[in-house]
Amino acid sequence: MDAKKMTSNHGRNAALLSILPGFGQFYNKQFLKGAIFLILTISFFASFFDTLNWGFWGLFTLGEIPVLDHSIFLMIDGIIALIITALGLIIYAFNIYDAHNNGKKRDLGLALNSVREQYHNLLDNGFPYLMISPGFFLLVFVVIFPILFVVLLAFTNYDLYHSPPAKLVDWVGIQNFIDIFKLDLWRKTFFGVLGWTIVWTFVATTLQVALGIFLAILVNQKDLKGKALIRTIFILPWAVPSFISILIFSGMFNETFGVVNKTILDALGIGAVPWMTEENWTRLALIFIQSWLGFPFIFAMTTGVLQSIPDELYEAATVDGATILQKFTKITLPLVLFATAPIIITQYTFNFNNFNVIFLFNGGGPAIPGQNAGGSDILISWIYKLTMTSAQYGKAAAVTMILSLIVITVALWQFRRTKSFQEEDLM
Amino acid sequence: MSIKKNKMIRLTLSYLIIALMSFIVIYPLLWVVGSSLNPGQSLSGSSMFPENPTLAHYKYLFDLEKSNYVKWYWNSLKISTLTMILTVITVSLTAYSFSRYRFIGRKNGLLTFLILQMIPNFAALIAIFVLATRTGLIDTHLGLILVYVGGQIPMNTWLMKGYLDTIPKELDESAKMDGASHLRVFWQIVMPLAKPIIAVVALFSFIAPFGDFILARILLRTDEKFTMAVGLYEMVAKQFGNEFTKFAAGSVLIAIPIAALFLMFQKYFVSGLTAGGTKG
Repeated sequence: MDAKKMTSNHGRNAALLSILPGFGQFYNKQFLKGAIFLILTISFFASFFDTLNWGFWGLFTLGEIPVLDHSIFLMIDGIIALIITALGLIIYAFNIYDAHNNGKKRDLGLALNSVREQYHNLLDNGFPYLMISPGFFLLVFVVIFPILFVVLLAFTNYDLYHSPPAKLVDWVGIQNFIDIFKLDLWRKTFFGVLGWTIVWTFVATTLQVALGIFLAILVNQKDLKGKALIRTIFILPWAVPSFISILIFSGMFNETFGVVNKTILDALGIGAVPWMTEENWTRLALIFIQSWLGFPFIFAMTTGVLQSIPDELYEAATVDGATILQKFTKITLPLVLFATAPIIITQYTFNFNNFNVIFLFNGGGPAIPGQNAGGSDILISWIYKLTMTSAQYGKAAAVTMILSLIVITVALWQFRRTKSFQEEDLM
Repeated sequence: MSIKKNKMIRLTLSYLIIALMSFIVIYPLLWVVGSSLNPGQSLSGSSMFPENPTLAHYKYLFDLEKSNYVKWYWNSLKISTLTMILTVITVSLTAYSFSRYRFIGRKNGLLTFLILQMIPNFAALIAIFVLATRTGLIDTHLGLILVYVGGQIPMNTWLMKGYLDTIPKELDESAKMDGASHLRVFWQIVMPLAKPIIAVVALFSFIAPFGDFILARILLRTDEKFTMAVGLYEMVAKQFGNEFTKFAAGSVLIAIPIAALFLMFQKYFVSGLTAGGTKG
């Protein structure tokens, strides 16, 4: 090959050479940088070889000798190995990218940066990474790591009978998912819980949103007196920590001493209602409680929006002869819904996973014969029970995956429509 | 005449509805105050306005030998405050770089944060439990705080990034021209302008751990390490009804300061949320 052809291929050559990290940089005559890459690579393998070897072995086999090998700990070590590998691959990719880039520069006849300039570049370009790193590392270990773990767990038979250290856990493929949809007990429970979760999400959220908007409009009437006091009262359920309110309600609805049966219904001439032991009564009470807890938030938001609607809009409508109803449906409602739409949607996702109200009120009960979840259990509280009381870890992980899939799908669909997602500099 | 009559009817109806709603809102709160003043342990035979009110339950809660209530209170305050500080620091750093720098991986990072903020971090509670056991962080406040901070990062980063995007970039560019370093621009130019959103993030990250039940319940094992939420729940759940008056007293003591604080800062909550909702 002659020299001229060579010059146009520096980019490719450097990239190829840097399959061995550092050599691409040497080729570009950036010796210090090349040396750093090379040393990094060598020390990476030197220090992590055992970790990686052990981690991947553990991840594939989940241990071979019961008692001695703890499958779950092996899995954790395996995930650590995976993360280390991913970080290594990122540096490796950067090494190739850098060599290729500088080679390209040489192809074009540009001067490469001196060591001094490289140092300044590193400071400038590295600054955002430096700033992100504390948050990023925390995120990797307390959020991403657990998610990976749950994903892996969903494909194992980890439960009470396969519980380390006495027993080994094994990979079972998609058996958990098959069981949930095929075995009678699981299928019945899953669809029962899913059905109620959906009904709960829609009814409770819609009710609290409608109530909040309605009351905000009611209080916002111009000739109504005592607005400040009324608003403070209506905000109260939001101000009191919700776990306390829920526990208070569970006392009020209690069948033996609760004030609802004893005083209120008694005064209305209605007999005692089995709030805690009849499935449908529990559900009704829960929807009432969630409306009580949730409406102030929507109320406050809507009030803010209403106060920003200019009076001229209504005056012009009055001049044109619009009735009160027309003003409401054509001006107020569209403006309110438009401004609070993102918040309303987050309310739906929030209630979908509203563990506190379900669990603290009645523990997801009452128990139902023929299924392993309580009558008012939603998916998230069922997962909690599978984990903490019946130790069905594998199945719980599988249900978690299904639940996350639902939430992510809905949320992505929603966020694609919001402004922030279409923002131009998302690149 | 009929217009006036119409108005009368409309207003009367409005006041009626408001009165009914106010009753529904206030009744449970009054009821718990009344319960806390009732003598006796359980609520059978008690009334909302007891004839011989007593402060005995409040005294019991402050008796360090009999009750861990003061410890729970302290634990909750400690955990919430530390979570708040750590969250504000990490979130300011990440939000600032996402808002101000264009770097490789930025888009994917933002997308990851977006997806992560949708999955509640207790969805992975099995994993958090097992991990905490493995690392020895179970039953420690440190473990709980780390989980809280990590869980707060994605959502609050988006919230703060949305606000920082509205601070004109010309400001930091001209400062850089004058030779200010990266850190100096961040600390002396942008952060002072971002005070309102920092206040919102601080409030959110203080309130969230305070109201959390599920993570604290999974990670904390011993009675004296409990937070308020877990402690009060245990009080009610252990023998339902038998300690209800004490629980009521405990609720009152925690609900009043939080509600007062909340009503004071309510304005910021609303403005912060609507700003985040429309901007990012």
